[in-house]
Amino acid sequence: MAIVFKKPKALTDVPTHYCPGCTHGIIHRLVAQCIDELGIEGKSIGIAPVGCAVLAYNYFSCDMIQAPHGRAPAVATGVKRSLPDRFVFTYQGDGDLAAIGTAETVHAATRGENITVIFVNNAIYGMTGGQMAPTSLPNQVTQTTPYGRDVKIAGYPIRVCEMLSTLDGTAYAERVSVDCVKNVNKAKKAIKKAFQTQLEGKGFSIVEVLSACPTNWGFAPNDALQWLRDNMLPYYPLGVYKDKTAQEAQNNE
Amino acid sequence: MKGNEALAEAAIQAGCCNFFGYPITPQTELAAYMAKRMPKIGGTYLQAESEVAAINMVQGAAAAGVRAMTSSSSRGISLKTEGISYMAGSDLPCLIINVQRGGPGLGGIQPSQSDYWQATKAPGHGDLHILVFAPYSVQEMVDLVGHAYDLADEYRMPAMILADGLLGQMMEPVVLDDSRSAKTLPKKEWAACGHNNERRHNIINSLYLQASELEKLVVERFERYKVIEDKEPMCEKYMAEDAEYIVVAYGASARIAKAAVKQARANGIKAGLIRPITLWPFPVKELSQAAESAKSFLCVEMSMGQMVEDIRLAIECRRPVGFFGHTGGVVPTPAEVLEQIIKMTGGVK
Repeated sequence: MAIVFKKPKALTDVPTHYCPGCTHGIIHRLVAQCIDELGIEGKSIGIAPVGCAVLAYNYFSCDMIQAPHGRAPAVATGVKRSLPDRFVFTYQGDGDLAAIGTAETVHAATRGENITVIFVNNAIYGMTGGQMAPTSLPNQVTQTTPYGRDVKIAGYPIRVCEMLSTLDGTAYAERVSVDCVKNVNKAKKAIKKAFQTQLEGKGFSIVEVLSACPTNWGFAPNDALQWLRDNMLPYYPLGVYKDKTAQEAQNNE
Repeated sequence: MKGNEALAEAAIQAGCCNFFGYPITPQTELAAYMAKRMPKIGGTYLQAESEVAAINMVQGAAAAGVRAMTSSSSRGISLKTEGISYMAGSDLPCLIINVQRGGPGLGGIQPSQSDYWQATKAPGHGDLHILVFAPYSVQEMVDLVGHAYDLADEYRMPAMILADGLLGQMMEPVVLDDSRSAKTLPKKEWAACGHNNERRHNIINSLYLQASELEKLVVERFERYKVIEDKEPMCEKYMAEDAEYIVVAYGASARIAKAAVKQARANGIKAGLIRPITLWPFPVKELSQAAESAKSFLCVEMSMGQMVEDIRLAIECRRPVGFFGHTGGVVPTPAEVLEQIIKMTGGVK
């Protein structure tokens, strides 16, 4: 019988701890598929964050390092500068990347650090039980914004891809979503593009993936995906924000 | 060579190929030296965006299996404590230099030894130790860098050179040991450097959600610490064999104390010096032995008195242990220390 669907090789054969309806599973799979297709598992080193994806080191079958909260890009820098011929990626959530680790993120990008960041934006702190994230939307109700995020008190959400695309060191920045099959396929293409950017030595690449957190948002999985479409997509427009490869091609024409 | 530059060159000789730092006085010459030398040996000098980032870059490099280093001073080390704890919890070797200055807070920029407690008791959160070496000359800085790297690799833990602004800025002749080379280092089978499809994936991690599993690992690590406490303490004894009055001092303070001990001997006082070279592990046995014959001890530090507690513990309070020190960047003089030694003897002879 022909096999039409199987677990990517770059994922280990263990059940994950993620909640029902959580989209981390999809994103893990996309990352693993890209590693498989590019044949780079043996030379890959992944950096796991602090947050829901902290146990990613158990799920990816390449070598893995667990970094302190927000420090994944710095740890990745240390690995990449030591072993420039290896493939180095971080997998980070919104609190990790855009709050406690903002400095590490911005400076890895502006240095043009030749690493890839997979940024999972679900607009909430999942692991600690649903507190406001730097990407929580205005008026979004969380454990620490029980009356909704009041921008006069808590400020505004950060649009990471837009911010990083202003930096010369950023070679590739794209925002994608995993709310439907079409977008999942686009997300995979973006991740592969980002990985290729690193393999070609072009510099810092980031893919921001809009992701659902049914548990902490307080929705059933399908309703969570609808909430993502209704609320996150307007605030966080999908698309390519920076693509040095395409810009170079255009300049050569 | 200047102390700070000697530390840098010694690290390169010991196979350090990556330096990650952030500017801070009084260790600036070290980073500047690395910035000049690293590109020439095909290594990396990287000025990080913060002390926090620098120590995490060291963590990445250490996890990848190479010898890496960061250097800072006092308040900068405070920022590195998170990374130090993670590395201790992940069993990663590295070298951290602390060229101490006065504290607390922003403190001052003059030499100090007020980070003894931080280095030896709480270099990060959790149950952990790091190796702490206290050189007292530029030559010893050079010698200890290579030794610190070797022990860090052997026991898989961070090591620190606890220097101070005085030693960092001091210039002395040195002999460098170029026989050390990164090529002869033992292979780090545990490193996250890409498995090349030849082995199962390596995981560098300090998270253990099962309490019993975490306890087991910490207890195992403490078994290793016990071996280190038994095998690795280092100290210098100067005129200590027949001494009735023992001065205990490390680093720059020990230079001053040594001069005072010489003068005391010239005055007919049976004084001696015990100079801990490793601060963790602390030379407990040597001090305890000295307490058999000595009448009393005097601890001299450039702090309000931190190591003095470890001396009292080491000799189990069998003899009186006095303290003399200056802090905030004020350096004690040999004359002041001599005065204290004379006081110990019960007055002028």
